[in-house]
Amino acid sequence: MADPAALLRDMVRIRCVEEELADLYRDEQEMRTPVHFSVGQEAAAVGVCAALREDDLVYTGHRSHAAYLAKGGDLPAMVAELYGKETGCARGRGGSVHLTDRAAGFAGSAAILGEMISVATGAAWALRRQGSRQVVVTFFGDGAAEEGVFHESLNFAAVHRAPVVYVCENNAYSISSPIAARQPADGSVTARARAFGITAERVDGNDVAAVHAAARRAVAACRAGQGPAFLELDTYRWREHVGPGHDTGVDRPREEVESWLERCPVRRAADALRPGAPDVEERLAAWDEEFRDETRLAVAAAKAAPFPAVDRLTDGAYGSPVHAS
Amino acid sequence: MGRTLTYWQAIAEATVQCMEADPAVVVVGQNVDDAKGSYGTTRAAYERFGAARVVDTPNSENAVAGICIGAADQGLRPLVVHTRADFMFLAMDALINLGSKWRYMYGDQGGVPVVMRGVVGRGWGQGATHSQSLHSVFGHFPGLYVAAPASPADAKGLLISALRADTPVVLMENRSLYATEGEVPEEPYTVPFGKGRVARPGADVTVVAASLMVHEALRAAELLAGQGVDVEVVDVRSVRPLDEDVICSSAARTGRVVIADTSWARYGFSAEVAAVIAEHVPHALRAPVRRVTPPDCPAPVSWPLEEAFHPGAQKIADACLELVGGDRSAVPALAGVDAGFIGPY
Repeated sequence: MADPAALLRDMVRIRCVEEELADLYRDEQEMRTPVHFSVGQEAAAVGVCAALREDDLVYTGHRSHAAYLAKGGDLPAMVAELYGKETGCARGRGGSVHLTDRAAGFAGSAAILGEMISVATGAAWALRRQGSRQVVVTFFGDGAAEEGVFHESLNFAAVHRAPVVYVCENNAYSISSPIAARQPADGSVTARARAFGITAERVDGNDVAAVHAAARRAVAACRAGQGPAFLELDTYRWREHVGPGHDTGVDRPREEVESWLERCPVRRAADALRPGAPDVEERLAAWDEEFRDETRLAVAAAKAAPFPAVDRLTDGAYGSPVHAS
Repeated sequence: MGRTLTYWQAIAEATVQCMEADPAVVVVGQNVDDAKGSYGTTRAAYERFGAARVVDTPNSENAVAGICIGAADQGLRPLVVHTRADFMFLAMDALINLGSKWRYMYGDQGGVPVVMRGVVGRGWGQGATHSQSLHSVFGHFPGLYVAAPASPADAKGLLISALRADTPVVLMENRSLYATEGEVPEEPYTVPFGKGRVARPGADVTVVAASLMVHEALRAAELLAGQGVDVEVVDVRSVRPLDEDVICSSAARTGRVVIADTSWARYGFSAEVAAVIAEHVPHALRAPVRRVTPPDCPAPVSWPLEEAFHPGAQKIADACLELVGGDRSAVPALAGVDAGFIGPY
């Protein structure tokens, strides 16, 4: 089991990074690429990724920052990517929705809903065929679970026992559309996964300890060749779908947003820790300072870094040519 | 001067007018019912007709395309909205393998008049999978009408035509056009598919374009007018059917052709226009045709790369000058049409 304080610390880090970046994004207008913040959903990424080995792999949808950081993705490279710099994790070509850090096992994120559900399935299939013990995790939202590719991928994974953990971060909204308008009231994403014979758990996604415990079970099953596994994590995004703003009172009822703010995953983990760690507030304050400083350093480095050279615009569209033999 | 509307307002008005005239018209798509209302284009329809006829859907583009084909087969006229055209790749199986072929392969016993609107992103680092212009892709398939209106008036007239047609239609709308204004008649009217227009007459060189590139071509033309180069701008309006006459007669008049497009050159709209000219008026050309398109790579995010990637007035002006043997150094630099745009979106 991961140390509860370490889980809390990782969540605080992601919270600080994203809040700093959101403010800068809004105020500077220099990160010129659409961003989807995970503020409020940190427990999902942290709880799951803490159950992984370094060589396990993560593929995500568009809301990717939290999983990237939780899996150990390089922060300065992520920030530089948002600023469109050559030092970015995708060399400024991909932006926030196409993050990647292969060395950290964050294979990639993608903008079109549900795509990475199938890609992660294929990665897991390939690893199993090659005798690897690595496990693949894919994060996606409740919206992506409506795509055909979700059902097709789960079916394939179940047949081939692919070692993939499907993590549905159910934040109850697809942009502004509530889940009740999109999915049957008496169904659940978990029930659909179970229909394929996949072991599935529905967990409070703002309870990092519960998420982590469930993720450990899922990952262990996959590692033992009993995959795939499925987790549905109920959570809530604090900000609007895309960008640094808030849609409270516009797309989502104020009382609903506020009820979720009270269920803050960071605050809950801190409260849980307090009986054994009376200094938790001091620690939180210190982490807050540490991670905001870390983010500011990454921002400064990103700003100082060069943009890609315009004469390299088309480089990288193709690999090496195949010569006649 | 008549009444002016923005591009998005023209679409919103056409939608409401078609829904008033034809109870079979329904608007279908993700978040079409929310406060933003597909950049405003579906908001008026939702306020007027409510959720019964402006239907928010699950994120299921493939099934929704098929569902709308089935609904069209049984008498509805679905207007499907994709606020990012790139998601239409998920709808392509149903739209191409069934929708476009339905009438023909079932022996011409009726069509499935689904209308799909796709919004093309541009700028603000929307990158590889949120800024693709798909009119060339959809234009490849017989059985579809494909249009890419440049003006508010055409956006309205072509949408009304689409919702009265008995053929499936794809309408590509560049997001950068949404705030542009133009004269738009209040009453419902149609702009026929396959009928282009001369957006600006000129004698020296023809620029053939659609959608956003019509505006870029007009800006280039204005710039070059100051240099004594008289540019004609042809707005094809529809990609399929394609108005060969307006293209060829202009090419025959000027003898020099630049084709400007937001989709890639290979196998694209620009290739098709060049082929039409080569087939019909090859001897009219006094110089080889020039294409102004994105380079052969996906759209980058980093803004200096993005600026270099997207074709615009400057590149069109350069291509025109090259054809007439003009002096580039005499021409002042142009800002992109997106200059001053503040994200995010």
